[in-house]
Amino acid sequence: MKHHKRWLAWPMGLAVGLLNGFFGSGGGMVGVPMLRILGLETQESHATCIAVIAPLAAVSAGLYLYREAFALRDALLYLPGGLAGALAGAWLLPRLKTVWIRRGFGVLILFAAVRLLTR
Amino acid sequence: MSWVWAVLASFFGAVISALGMGGGGILLIYLTVYLGMSQLEAQGINLVFFLPVAAVALCVHAKHKLIRWKMVLPFVALGLPGVWLGAWLAQKVGSELLSKLFGGFLLIIGIRELSFKAPDKPDQNEQS
Repeated sequence: MKHHKRWLAWPMGLAVGLLNGFFGSGGGMVGVPMLRILGLETQESHATCIAVIAPLAAVSAGLYLYREAFALRDALLYLPGGLAGALAGAWLLPRLKTVWIRRGFGVLILFAAVRLLTR
Repeated sequence: MSWVWAVLASFFGAVISALGMGGGGILLIYLTVYLGMSQLEAQGINLVFFLPVAAVALCVHAKHKLIRWKMVLPFVALGLPGVWLGAWLAQKVGSELLSKLFGGFLLIIGIRELSFKAPDKPDQNEQS
């Protein structure tokens, strides 16, 4: 761990929280490279990022629920696929070169970006 | 056949989430772009969806000792006020503009992902 950069974790946390609250996602997309900057290995930074986002997402979800942005039961539909996918992804992390997933993921979100910006 | 897409979106969203690669985006994209749900509603569902996915992923990652718990505290400490501010701002901004901003955010992330270069030592991760 690079000790001289450690204080950066605080402002970085603020940025990740802001994104998570604002977009309901995206904290991970910026959190992982931040953790890399702080000196974590690739896989460590991916795993640690989930540990960071989980409590933030819990609070964020609570705030969205409180403001009645959505109904909890609408999320239930995605639970089975989510649990299966979580097991698969967690199993994969120590076994995978992430670069190819990143390429595919990049194409998908560029497509989505264009759709959102042009609709 | 819409349930097929729902299953695929939740499955692959969770895979990418559990890999710590920002998979939240996938379900969110499905909900907004495919189902046409409002941005705020989709974001709320996406947040709740992430919680069980994260719980499962964290159990597995903790077993492999991949989590640096010491780093978690400072991130979460300032992350919480950030979340509060972000959620408040999202409500202020409203779904319409929010979805455009999210599109812009995805554009930046997408370009970054595509220009990402593999590290020279591909399996730096096997050490430790």
